[in-house]
Amino acid sequence: MQKIEKKKASPMEVMKKILGRQIFIPIAALLLLVLFNLIVDPSFFAVVMKTNSAGNPVLTGNLITILDNGSELAILAIGMTLVTAAAGGQDISVGAGIAISGSVMLRVLCGTNPKPEAIQAPIIVAFLVGCLAAMLCGAFNGALVAYFKIQPMVATLILYTAGRSIAAWVNHNQLPIVPPGSFSYFGGVIPGIPIPTPFFIAIGCMILIALVLKFTTLGLYTQSVGINESSSRLNGLNPILIKFLAFVILGICVAVAGLIKVSRFSTINYSVIAKDIEMDAILAVALGGNALSGGKFNIAASILGAYVIQFLTTTLYKFNVRSDALPAYKAVVVIVLVVASAPRVREYLNGLKKKMIQNPSRKEVG
Amino acid sequence: MKENIVLEMKNIHKGFPGVKALQGVEFTLREGEIHALMGENGAGKSTLIKVLTGVYEKDEGDIFLKGYDKAVSIRSPQDAQRVGISTVYQEITLCPNLSVAENMYIGRTAGMGQNWKKINADADKLLRSLDIPASATQQLASCSIAVQQMVAIARAVDMDCKVLILDEPTSSLDEQEVEKLFGLMRNLKEKGVGIIFVTHFLDQVYEVCDRITVLRDGKLVGAYDIKDLPRVQLVAKMLGKELDDMSDIKSEGAVYSGEDAGTAVLEAEGLVSDAGIKPFDFYINKGEVNGFTGLLGSGRSECVRAIFGADRVVGGKVKMHGKDVKISKPIQAMKHGIAYLPEDRKLDGIVGDLSVRDNIILALQTLKGFFRPISKAQAYKYADEYIKLLDVKTASADTPIKSLSGGNQQKVILARWLLTHPDYLILDEPTRGIDVGTKVDIQKLVLKLAGEGMSITFISSETDEMLRTCSRLVVMRDRKVVGELSGEQLTQNMIMNTIAGGNRDNAEN
Repeated sequence: MQKIEKKKASPMEVMKKILGRQIFIPIAALLLLVLFNLIVDPSFFAVVMKTNSAGNPVLTGNLITILDNGSELAILAIGMTLVTAAAGGQDISVGAGIAISGSVMLRVLCGTNPKPEAIQAPIIVAFLVGCLAAMLCGAFNGALVAYFKIQPMVATLILYTAGRSIAAWVNHNQLPIVPPGSFSYFGGVIPGIPIPTPFFIAIGCMILIALVLKFTTLGLYTQSVGINESSSRLNGLNPILIKFLAFVILGICVAVAGLIKVSRFSTINYSVIAKDIEMDAILAVALGGNALSGGKFNIAASILGAYVIQFLTTTLYKFNVRSDALPAYKAVVVIVLVVASAPRVREYLNGLKKKMIQNPSRKEVG
Repeated sequence: MKENIVLEMKNIHKGFPGVKALQGVEFTLREGEIHALMGENGAGKSTLIKVLTGVYEKDEGDIFLKGYDKAVSIRSPQDAQRVGISTVYQEITLCPNLSVAENMYIGRTAGMGQNWKKINADADKLLRSLDIPASATQQLASCSIAVQQMVAIARAVDMDCKVLILDEPTSSLDEQEVEKLFGLMRNLKEKGVGIIFVTHFLDQVYEVCDRITVLRDGKLVGAYDIKDLPRVQLVAKMLGKELDDMSDIKSEGAVYSGEDAGTAVLEAEGLVSDAGIKPFDFYINKGEVNGFTGLLGSGRSECVRAIFGADRVVGGKVKMHGKDVKISKPIQAMKHGIAYLPEDRKLDGIVGDLSVRDNIILALQTLKGFFRPISKAQAYKYADEYIKLLDVKTASADTPIKSLSGGNQQKVILARWLLTHPDYLILDEPTRGIDVGTKVDIQKLVLKLAGEGMSITFISSETDEMLRTCSRLVVMRDRKVVGELSGEQLTQNMIMNTIAGGNRDNAEN
């Protein structure tokens, strides 16, 4: 979680510290976007206090939108980074997983009546049951990948395809609506606090994963298994268990993101909820400079990558790009990323760097 | 070119970045002979075969074939086939779901139209003439592995081949199947085909071959008639030790003299894993250094991997300090105080992208468990301590281990295991591919640790290293323990005699 502190440090210090580091990639992308908006329309950064429909004071502005809407992606990026590092592949079923866990939460909250007068169970119970559902999905994927050694993308294709149907089946294809109340706080604002709740939930998840990484050996084990499975086994690790664990942790992240998603609307649309979010989550991991083939990882960079993607999305909306044209712009980002990380380009850049270092010395000699 | 010589390779050189795989190798094959190409792994056998079959392009040298006036140029496997050189590899490279005849003629028939009736008839005729028990229309997968192997040979023979290369064809066959294959080889020999036979099995060489060419370290040792080269001589030539000038070196280290010296640390009885070794018994005493010896591929590594639980153990009993223990995975062995430095440093040892520090603490960390991470400060302390102790040359403890030299990587892996303070340390080829200075360092360290009471199993391809460090040697041949040498018996001659073995009775397949 160093990145959060760094973001607050003075720009020069940050630059010095991060230049040449992995986290440099998302920071460079972020600076590029900031610069673009500053030049084209500085009012992009305006944040003003307004009163929302419920009469509560809230901060509004593009930056707040980014922090708000980027939360689910940032939370997913945590789990996706771990899965990528351990299994050397990605989970493409997280969007479907959100649909399942969100549907389960609604089912517990509303009971059999899709439009109840009051919620039928405490929110925490609903969340825990939804969490269990998402962890089961993660366990299913994890078992296929870790034990049966199926490629992650292929293994998670199953839930990617079937997940939304399962989600609809959980509520008999009805659309339950949660009665107004505290459930909407998770995806909106808590009265009296002007910053959207999802941002705090995301911060909470970041602190949690930071603590887990500090007080367990998850980081070392995950990287070791991702880099050299055979060697890890001979050092007493259980690669199957560790890969499995990564998928289950991603399941928890999916449940938290699902809670925010269903809370935003107090209902669910099975085919639209969290659509294509898996691709953004994978892009966040890539943007964070993590190798998609597994191994060493940097979760802070992935989280920053998630916010960069949201920044891009918000910027495009600001310039009235239609939502169905968004993927085309993201594709450009993917192309730049993929080409920039290709070995051939890396070699060329390294060669360029060497020349730049050598040239001045030659001049001195001459 | 002499009348009956079918293939002559002269002064063949082939280099890879950093390695000279072949240096001035000569090879001659006569008509109607079975010629064994022998050498340890890495001696250059496969490189020579690949040069001959056009997989690699030679750097220097000439290849002459009967029927060609000038040296032939072989630049691709297709070229090799065209001039009559065919190869049958260890793994069957045919299509199991096609018929026998289809496999024999696939890729060799011109045009779209096929006269399957004629092809099947031709195939049957050829199979009969070679005494191969298969019919043309049978699906290949329904034949035994040996017959599949034979179909591959029939395909090669039918392509008008003068030189047939058999690369480890017997490694997946049982004894009867090997006999069948040998029958076919003798049959072809009478038809005048020159056969190059590559194998690890000494018994098979003496059963079927006429001549032997021995390679070592990419150089030609010599070509011999089989009757002029007894087994012991052959082993000596492969290992590179002449029988006469083998000095008798004794262990010189300080011997452990604690009260419990001579008590067994580990005893194994009938231990067997799924890696294809025969059940073996083994023990090691407190403060003892012993070793497994035998040619590469004789099962040395598989034995220690079974002890450590690295391969799946399928039978046998193990006792640690006199108590029965169950070791089926590495973590269990580690908890009982066993450490294992694997043979393949790159594949099984280092975790390449991680730092030297993380690589050093990895084993200790897994022993401590998931919820008790070693603090960064403590990890640096451990790393610095062992970097200094073993004199590891690294820019810092944060350097990724993959950027270190082989010898220094090996020291880091050694540090990893020493940090766990094991009772029993297994070193599988710790000195392979590292510089001479580090080799000596490691041997000294082994003797020092044993002097302090650690039990160590030391495996090395270099017999003199083993003689210098070990007080007892377990000898292996063909994946089976065939003897044990200690005290006065620890001489190069004795080791080679035991490795070579005398008669066919005590050697299997």
